Amino acid sequence: MQLINQTWILFKKEIVLEWRSKYAFNGVLLYVVSTVFICYISFNLNPGFSGSKSYSIVWNVLFWIIMLFASVNAIAKSFMQESKSRLLYYYSIASPQAIILSKMAYNILLMSLLSFLALLVYMVFFTNTIGDPLFYFLTVLLGSISFSTVFTMISAIASKAGNNGTLMAILSFPVIIPVILLLIRLSKNAMDGIERSFSYNNIGVLFAINTIVIATALLLFPFLWRD
Amino acid sequence: MPAQLSMRFIYQTWWKVLAVVVIFYTLIAGFLFDVPHLPILHETIRNTYFHVPMWIAMFTVFTISVVYSIKYLNTGDEKYDLIAVECVNTGTFFYVLGLITGMMWAKYTWGAFWSNDPKQNSAAIAFLLYCAYAVLRNSIDEEQKRAKISAIYNIFAFPIMVVLIMVLPRMTDSLHPGNGGNPAFGKLDMANSMRVVLYPAFIAWSLIAIWIASLRYRIRLIEYKKNEIN
Repeated sequence: MQLINQTWILFKKEIVLEWRSKYAFNGVLLYVVSTVFICYISFNLNPGFSGSKSYSIVWNVLFWIIMLFASVNAIAKSFMQESKSRLLYYYSIASPQAIILSKMAYNILLMSLLSFLALLVYMVFFTNTIGDPLFYFLTVLLGSISFSTVFTMISAIASKAGNNGTLMAILSFPVIIPVILLLIRLSKNAMDGIERSFSYNNIGVLFAINTIVIATALLLFPFLWRD
Repeated sequence: MPAQLSMRFIYQTWWKVLAVVVIFYTLIAGFLFDVPHLPILHETIRNTYFHVPMWIAMFTVFTISVVYSIKYLNTGDEKYDLIAVECVNTGTFFYVLGLITGMMWAKYTWGAFWSNDPKQNSAAIAFLLYCAYAVLRNSIDEEQKRAKISAIYNIFAFPIMVVLIMVLPRMTDSLHPGNGGNPAFGKLDMANSMRVVLYPAFIAWSLIAIWIASLRYRIRLIEYKKNEIN
């Protein structure tokens, strides 16, 4: 009970802090929009691209790659921007599990909002018909949740080890590849409007990966924060 | 108590002799015993005795490495960190051997060294995981911090590696047996005559991997003691 209380208070604190500065949200949103625009311009240098056969495949894969890099950038900040003394203060008043859970919850919220906005912007520039829009949105939501859980734990590790972006990418990409494979498969199914029951298997594995990541994060984070 | 037992185990001789004897047995039996004659595979089926045990050996040392990483986090004993890192190093070596034997086999049966097979791709990603572990270790100078953070990453990466190699390829079409509806070891296609060689090979190569890891650990330990300030 105390854990839930602490998590809730820390979660509210994260939102209030973000609401005051709006730095992470606006920064990453601008990052996504400019990336989408760069992709739009680069792809349209080749005439006939939007009519080509592989357009829908590229559309789907490109969206996930943009989201991957955007979320690495967004979530890498979650531990790095905290000063050492402030972290020490948190640890003296809250349990380590509450800290990692609140960070994860906050990142899930941030990433879901960002992904939906990014998807809207993306669909304005790259027009495409989605066979099963509701299921595609669900996949995007699942993607934001999975990215957030994995990257939060990795950013905690990376922030303890030198605080640089390269390390964050090296450590997180092998872990995120199985997730992104499943997501691309899922969203492809949703885009083609394939019967939903074919995708339940993949959703199950995605949930399993998330459960493993959250469980190991809860077990390992108490060891990580102690200096 | 179990810690002392396993420490005593690596200084004993009998299992090293056993491993060498059994490996010679699998070499001779693997090349001479009768194997099922199957289309496409033909005599390359004998590679089963060498390709699969490499992965089993890798899994064995990686598992030991995770166990010692957990032990390190619980006790903070520097020796456990040395064991964990040397197990990962040895595991990576067996990973490369498994990949090379697999690629050679793939060339003769599937037609190319690399044929975008899900299991091959997963294995490549798993390699990135352990390379990242090595880079992470190099990025931290302070010994205790390095030991702690790399232990955490090691524990974190292991279940992901298992999902990558054991679960994901089974969900799609793969050229590997046991995946995408292809029959696996447990099914009819595995002749009983092959099990006589294959299972001893699993154990023997795992023991060899443990032996290499333990030797490397002992060298590390000597270096560690030499550098100690008394």
